Amino acid sequence: MLLQEAAGAAHPLSGTLAEWIWLVPALPFLGFVVNGLLSLVPATHLGPADPSAAGHEHGQAGHEDRGAHDDHHHVTRHRNAGIVSLVGPAVLGLAFALTAAIFIGMLGAHAEAPFVRTLFPWIVTGDLTLNAALQVDQLSIVMTMVVTGVGFLIHVFSVGYMQDDPGYPRYFAYLNLFVFFMLVLVLGASYPVMFVGWEGVGLCSYLLIGFWFTDKANADAGKKAFVMNRIGDFGFLVAMFLLFANLGTLDFAAVSGRAAELGEGGAVITAIGLFFFLGCAGKSAQIPLYTWLPDAMAGPTPVSALIHAATMVTAGVYLVARSAAIFSLTPVASLTVALVGAITALFAATIGLKQWDIKKVLAYSTVSQLGYMFIGVGVGAYSAGVFHLVTHAFFKALLFLGSGSVIFAMHRAFHHTGSHADAQDMRNMGGLRRFMPWTFGLMWIATLAIAGIPPLSGFFSKDEILASVFARTSHSTLAEASWAGIPGSALLMLIYVLGLAAALLTAVYMTRMMLYTFHGPNRSGDAERSHLAEAPWIMTIPLAVLGVLSATGGLINLPAFLGAPAQKLHHWLEPVTGAASMHITHGEEAHLALGTEMALIALAVAIAVAGMAYAYARLKPAALVPKDQSPAAHGIERVLEHKYYVDEIYDRTIVRPVVALSRRVLWRGMDTGLIDGLFVNGSAYFMRSLGWMGARLQSGQVGTYAWVLVIGVLAVLGAFSLS
Amino acid sequence: MIPEALALSAVLFTIGAIGVLTRRNAILIFMCVELMLNAVNLTFVALSKLYGVTGQVFVVFVMTVAAAEAAVGLAIIIAIFRHGQTVNLKNINLLKG
Amino acid sequence: MPPSPGLFYQVHFYLFGLLAIASALAFVTRKSPIAAALWLVSVMFNLAALYVMMDAHFVGAIQVLVYAGAIMVVFLFVVMLLNLGHADELSDIRGTWGRIAAGAVGLALLAQIMAMSRTRFLSVLQPPTNPVFGGPPDRGAIGTVAQPLFTEHLLAFELTSILLLTAIVGAVAVGKRKGANDT
Repeated sequence: MLLQEAAGAAHPLSGTLAEWIWLVPALPFLGFVVNGLLSLVPATHLGPADPSAAGHEHGQAGHEDRGAHDDHHHVTRHRNAGIVSLVGPAVLGLAFALTAAIFIGMLGAHAEAPFVRTLFPWIVTGDLTLNAALQVDQLSIVMTMVVTGVGFLIHVFSVGYMQDDPGYPRYFAYLNLFVFFMLVLVLGASYPVMFVGWEGVGLCSYLLIGFWFTDKANADAGKKAFVMNRIGDFGFLVAMFLLFANLGTLDFAAVSGRAAELGEGGAVITAIGLFFFLGCAGKSAQIPLYTWLPDAMAGPTPVSALIHAATMVTAGVYLVARSAAIFSLTPVASLTVALVGAITALFAATIGLKQWDIKKVLAYSTVSQLGYMFIGVGVGAYSAGVFHLVTHAFFKALLFLGSGSVIFAMHRAFHHTGSHADAQDMRNMGGLRRFMPWTFGLMWIATLAIAGIPPLSGFFSKDEILASVFARTSHSTLAEASWAGIPGSALLMLIYVLGLAAALLTAVYMTRMMLYTFHGPNRSGDAERSHLAEAPWIMTIPLAVLGVLSATGGLINLPAFLGAPAQKLHHWLEPVTGAASMHITHGEEAHLALGTEMALIALAVAIAVAGMAYAYARLKPAALVPKDQSPAAHGIERVLEHKYYVDEIYDRTIVRPVVALSRRVLWRGMDTGLIDGLFVNGSAYFMRSLGWMGARLQSGQVGTYAWVLVIGVLAVLGAFSLS
Repeated sequence: MIPEALALSAVLFTIGAIGVLTRRNAILIFMCVELMLNAVNLTFVALSKLYGVTGQVFVVFVMTVAAAEAAVGLAIIIAIFRHGQTVNLKNINLLKG
Repeated sequence: MPPSPGLFYQVHFYLFGLLAIASALAFVTRKSPIAAALWLVSVMFNLAALYVMMDAHFVGAIQVLVYAGAIMVVFLFVVMLLNLGHADELSDIRGTWGRIAAGAVGLALLAQIMAMSRTRFLSVLQPPTNPVFGGPPDRGAIGTVAQPLFTEHLLAFELTSILLLTAIVGAVAVGKRKGANDT
């Protein structure tokens, strides 16, 4: 304690604005309290509830229709909508401003050690002393800026998107609560504090996926996300237990400093890494725990943008980067992270090729891009992973908000005519560029960014990851290690190839989405066409800001060969992850010859351009017909459309056996049989029998009592004389 | 003579106990208890030959207690008899819970 | 040890002892409560004789006065008051099996007490090195008992007086007929 204070006193950030870091999560929490209280006031109905407003086809709730009942357009507006619209985004704006101020303060401070602000002692028991402490360092401040900045834009967008929802204050309460927990997650100074945020965002994710819980499919999707995340959380917990059992501490600073005590490549540290990655796989939707994320699209679209694209799902990447000291010491776990990321990136991209729901395309795209980030942090290029995390937050939030804007317009058009068509199916869209030019242009920027076209942000971050993988195929601890008998260098090459393939597919499916949505003839129907229009300005302004960020985000970490201002993020993060990163590359900066690097870039760009060109040439938006007239897919297309039937396989192999086991063994056998039968009723029966016997003894016959008394005396005397 | 007195006391005590066990008449059971008390008194008196007169003092106390017990006990028996016209314990189970 | 008593003394000691046992046996076997009570009085007289023989003159006297005279009279009074003198009613003695069991238990109890008094107490409670022999009391029969009773055990004595008072009040309260004022 004394030592910590002494270190704090010497810290360059102490006494600066960073002391107020607790205000950053406190502001969204305040918003949650205010909006939560306002949500207790029932909605005021401005008009009779329109049955067509619900606008969904309960009859044909097919698998791909899940989440299609999104974005209802009720004719109700909450009585407190005005104050909520003010409070919800404002707390985020203030939090972002404060974060930015702290960041500016850090720019000149050159803090090598993290600044820990201890709020109060939280758990003090035995050997464990945990403080509720927030940590300000180069990594957490970047994450905080992304969360509050992108979060603020999405909150503003939500003001327009959710304006007519009767649950408007509840929505903002959840959203603010989410941001609060997300900030606890990224700012926490120890694993348990992070875990509180980790669980909290899971809770908010559940609440927001099932926001329109009256529709069972939405509630089920929320449940699915929650349960799958629990599997991952189990891994997180076990990893924490192992850490505490072996190191006796859970603070980030202490763990980073002492990770080497666990022994490089040892079984314990590998297990810790793998269990942490299990947590990441759950939270960040990696194989095999990814299926909840596409279903999570059942929530409102801004939620998908904030939670399921920009912030929460990247928590796993953040965790790996935060635990860089551990992962850098265990090549097996690191290679596992990278390999799973690569496979997920390619696998999800193939599914994205054949989805018709615009949000499903983006969902699989998110899974795929998260895989990319894991490739980065897996091969020890932690700054590259975080770089992609940041740029992805920009362009994926833009894509989601853009799709939200599209859905908003489609929904309003269908609502006007009372049509029950699916507002999210791309087969019902087409030619929207004429009606929504702003959305069209901005989404193209994001598409080019995600496809990796220079000089947009996605190009730099993706290239950084692929170059890092390539650079580590030789002369790194990963390349020299072996994974399940495969030499690390071969595995890294495989990861690189998988990454390239995923990049190709990304270009293809994103171009396909844009073509089907904005190009070609309009398929929404003649009556609806006249109602299609651009969304209000409060929704397009956040899009525009994100568009600028998507286009220029690459500037924060330009490749090294471009000269002096390059690699800014990389150098910024050096105090946090630099040592771990260097450890993997044997103490030198991973470096590629200029020629090699240029060749790799050329290859990546060529692949992206080829993918887009292929999609542009092959896909004919004009040939599409609306959803209800489309022929059924067949062959491999059908498999892709059904997402490789993974949900069905999980259902058969895991869900149903578990349900059967629960029903037959746990319920009938254990619960009703053993617990209820033997323990509850059995003990009651036993006690009743005892009581019956006791009641028989209590005959009221004094003579009998005398007998019992004398026999008791005999027994006592006998025991006395025998002893 | 003391061992003989103690043996006699034991015999009388046992006879009293057997009486308590075999009789059903409340008054007779009461008398059996008195017999047992007398047996104990005999022990006190016999041992007072060895240990001084304190034993005899205790006999006085026991008699006092016996008198009090007789008074209260017989009053209870009268009350019970008024209640059920019997003092046969077979017919009395007021203690039954 | 006390000086060995003479033959005359021994004969009478055994005589009163056997008479006490015989009376006690008769007491527990009589069906009639009146007869049983009278046999009990006999036991008490024999015990009184034994008390006197063991130099407890005062105890012997109040044994006759209080026990045989007062307490047993109250018993007989109650028996007669409740008109329970008829033995031909429902037998108040248990059946054969009950008697056999009671006899077995009684024998076991006797054996236990005997064994106990032989093996334990007489070995543990060794006679004091300077035993107080009976002998004719210095302060007369009453003074022998009264001296410790009113000095050493004064508190207990006073408490027994309270006990007796309480017992009298209790007996009156319990024995009073309910609604006696009405009749």
